[in-house]
Amino acid sequence: MFNYTFHWNQALRSLPQMLDGALVTLQIAILSMAIGLAIAIALTLFRLSGNRILSGFATTWVEVARNTPALFQIYMAHFGLGNFGIHLSPYTALLVGIAFNNAGYLAENFRGALKAIPDTQTRAGRSLGMTSLQAFRWIIMPQMLRIAFLPATNQMVWAILMTSLGVTVGMNTDLAGVTQELNARSFRTFEFFALAAVIYYVIAKAVTLAARAFAWRMFRY
Amino acid sequence: MFNTALTWNDLLFLAQGAGMTLMVTAVSVAAGTVLGIVFGLIRVQCGPYWSAPLTFALDVFRSVPLLIQLVLGNALQSIMKLGWPPFTTSCVVLSLYTAAYCTEIVRGGIGAVPPTTRRAARSLGMTWWQDMRYIVAPLATRVSLPSWIGLTLGVMKDSALVLWLGLIELLRASQILVTRLQEPLFILLICGAIYFIISFPIARLGGYLEKRWSPND
Repeated sequence: MFNYTFHWNQALRSLPQMLDGALVTLQIAILSMAIGLAIAIALTLFRLSGNRILSGFATTWVEVARNTPALFQIYMAHFGLGNFGIHLSPYTALLVGIAFNNAGYLAENFRGALKAIPDTQTRAGRSLGMTSLQAFRWIIMPQMLRIAFLPATNQMVWAILMTSLGVTVGMNTDLAGVTQELNARSFRTFEFFALAAVIYYVIAKAVTLAARAFAWRMFRY
Repeated sequence: MFNTALTWNDLLFLAQGAGMTLMVTAVSVAAGTVLGIVFGLIRVQCGPYWSAPLTFALDVFRSVPLLIQLVLGNALQSIMKLGWPPFTTSCVVLSLYTAAYCTEIVRGGIGAVPPTTRRAARSLGMTWWQDMRYIVAPLATRVSLPSWIGLTLGVMKDSALVLWLGLIELLRASQILVTRLQEPLFILLICGAIYFIISFPIARLGGYLEKRWSPND
């Protein structure tokens, strides 16, 4: 059946290069997660504000982010913005695309978390003399982040997996991009991509475990 | 404002792409669901210890990017000289990917059926199969249908990645048009709108079912 010689050595020799790529992957994932988190909190505030335009904007963002493919969002950042004379490098386009996606999904997570926090807490905060923003910042948000932490971990793993899409817009420094470059030079597709798959798996597991340990220390669950 | 070079034929081309997206999705979700139910049953029946290899294998499908899986699948089929066209390869990889997620959903659904209910069924003299068919299946379906709908939508969106294997689905079709007409924003907006139109109503249905069928109210 296998009339094919595997050349694992060749792939293993390029391991340092690929690990460098893995660092870039991790960097994009973390950055996109940080940006996404900030935007998601802003979107949650917009939705709570009661202002029609603001909450409409937030809802549109969330629905578009959740109902179109991540690859489409990256294409939009890379090719679509060119119409406005904004030409993003593959790195930036990937970051923008994933951050957009993360923000939408995280905002939806936050909405679910907010449902679990009784309204009376905001009112209690307000009657203590806090402004509504203060009540959100000091009473609601800590609980919201705690409840939404595990879903957010999943989103982080998703973000790592999504970075592999950068290769479709010409990204060549992240793990998938480096692998594709090596593959284009050697045509050892299976070996290189199998190695990349192992690295992705290890990263995803490591992030999950780290998040669990962190949650255990922070929230005791 | 719009002086577009987009013709009806191009829109037809996009529609064909959308058809391909739906086709890949339908095949993969159908096959993936069947596999998922089988794997889910195996995992529930064999317990965590004996099904550990299966759990690990399915976990790999959820922790490795789909793009890499597709490339690997394609490389593997050419190494094994199977001679599959891209459509088959994409469907096989996407089915396994779907099955990995569906297994979790099935497992959750079966786990949500109270053990006492099942014991009651068995004490009434029902066989294992009757218990599964008449007691567990209806209750578990109710619990897991919303997440299954979510999974279907996820696979529909992820099926955009099969463009890497050269299959002309919706996103690839719009990319071809962009290359030809040089109007990226307009064409991509149409493409996004098509995805949105397919996805949004079903997502709403899932949300509705979740609210309607949630056991707590």
